[in-house]
Amino acid sequence: MTARVSFDSASGLPLHPAARQALLAAYDDGWADPGRLYASARRARQLLDGARASVAAALGARPDEVSFTANGSTALYAGLDGLVAARARTGRRVVHSAVEHSALLHAAAAHEPVAVPVDRLGRVDPEAYAAALTEPAGAACLIAASHEVGTRQPVAAVAEVCRARGVPLLVDAAQVAGRGPVPEGWSVLAASARKWGGPPGVGVLAVRTGTRWHAPRPEDEHEQGRAPGSVALPAVLAAAVALEAARAEAATEDARLRPLVDRIRATAAALPDVEVAGDAVDRLPHLVTFSCLYLDGEQLVRAFDEAGFEVSSGSSCTSSTLEPSHVLVAMGVLTHGNVRVSLSRTTSEEDVERFLALLPEVVGRLRREAGVDAV
Amino acid sequence: MRIDCRGVLCPVPVIELAKRMATVPVGTVVEVLADDTAAAHDIPAWCRMRGQRFEGAGEADGVPLYRVRRVR
Repeated sequence: MTARVSFDSASGLPLHPAARQALLAAYDDGWADPGRLYASARRARQLLDGARASVAAALGARPDEVSFTANGSTALYAGLDGLVAARARTGRRVVHSAVEHSALLHAAAAHEPVAVPVDRLGRVDPEAYAAALTEPAGAACLIAASHEVGTRQPVAAVAEVCRARGVPLLVDAAQVAGRGPVPEGWSVLAASARKWGGPPGVGVLAVRTGTRWHAPRPEDEHEQGRAPGSVALPAVLAAAVALEAARAEAATEDARLRPLVDRIRATAAALPDVEVAGDAVDRLPHLVTFSCLYLDGEQLVRAFDEAGFEVSSGSSCTSSTLEPSHVLVAMGVLTHGNVRVSLSRTTSEEDVERFLALLPEVVGRLRREAGVDAV
Repeated sequence: MRIDCRGVLCPVPVIELAKRMATVPVGTVVEVLADDTAAAHDIPAWCRMRGQRFEGAGEADGVPLYRVRRVR
């Protein structure tokens, strides 16, 4: 029997082997409360400081700018709420792209959200941010690259617009951290360890020195007052090791995965009535999304699952809310019959070749079964 | 000419539209009555992919109505 293939690294990766080792070691070595004074606590403090310094360096931040949170979503919530709280007198408008992660959209909904549209490739125009920021705003937000279609955003240009308007910019770096350089120009940065091969349950919130940010919740002595309660120290240590490992492999993996994604894009695009979404070139190295006319996303996910391939979908039938992906909607691309494939360090060329052989067969068979092959 | 797709989920409204469009003369407007939210995005996307013209959305008895003209 052939092993199952996970093609959903954008949702979460299996733990990096180096992180697994670090996690187990940390349960022996890093269990104490880093806030106490005795020897094991001092050891825990030393480990936490080391992890913070390492993650900070990887993200282009200073250690005291970095706080660990319970996950990526809480980092986005706290990051945004803290910016708006500090600028309550300026305004509560939150200017964000229409393709942000749903966690950011939920956080923005608590304020006065203003969505900046994207083009067919899923990219914002910095001029549209400039236009939206002519009125006072509490914060601007931009995802560095889309977790659904892979398109990279012009973060530097938007950061320049925000700087000129004096509005702080929150950058969601969840999909780029550990895969290459993190864009500069942010006031607040958020990321999630699970997306770079660390354990679940670790988010990163970085607040640039000099940024006005007020704790939106009760403040304590943990994590520079930005994330109340003790950190999950073993998970944080493993997250830091995973990020180091991911960065060490990033250039090689980028060069290896990019052509594999190109092959999936080409095979999907060559099928009748199948549309590949997102930018073909200025994109994440490991991710591709396509939509198949007349097919149901859930059927596609199940058919690939039966054949041993685990993919995700942005179609409404696969979401708990029964709403189609807001990212696909914002781009104006087909929302039904949608499949997202995201590769990882564990993906082999052979996995992709088997998938490419399967893809036309699955699409053809499901269309025949639905009686839409001749439509 | 109107297709009633109330109560059915995408991709069915788009499939019904495609089937009907194949049978009508060029120039005909086909209306699709559909309450599935995905139809609002997928009917215009189908028009773009198939080179047909999306004439806009309205409402009939409180249900969204999409108008598509066969142009080729």
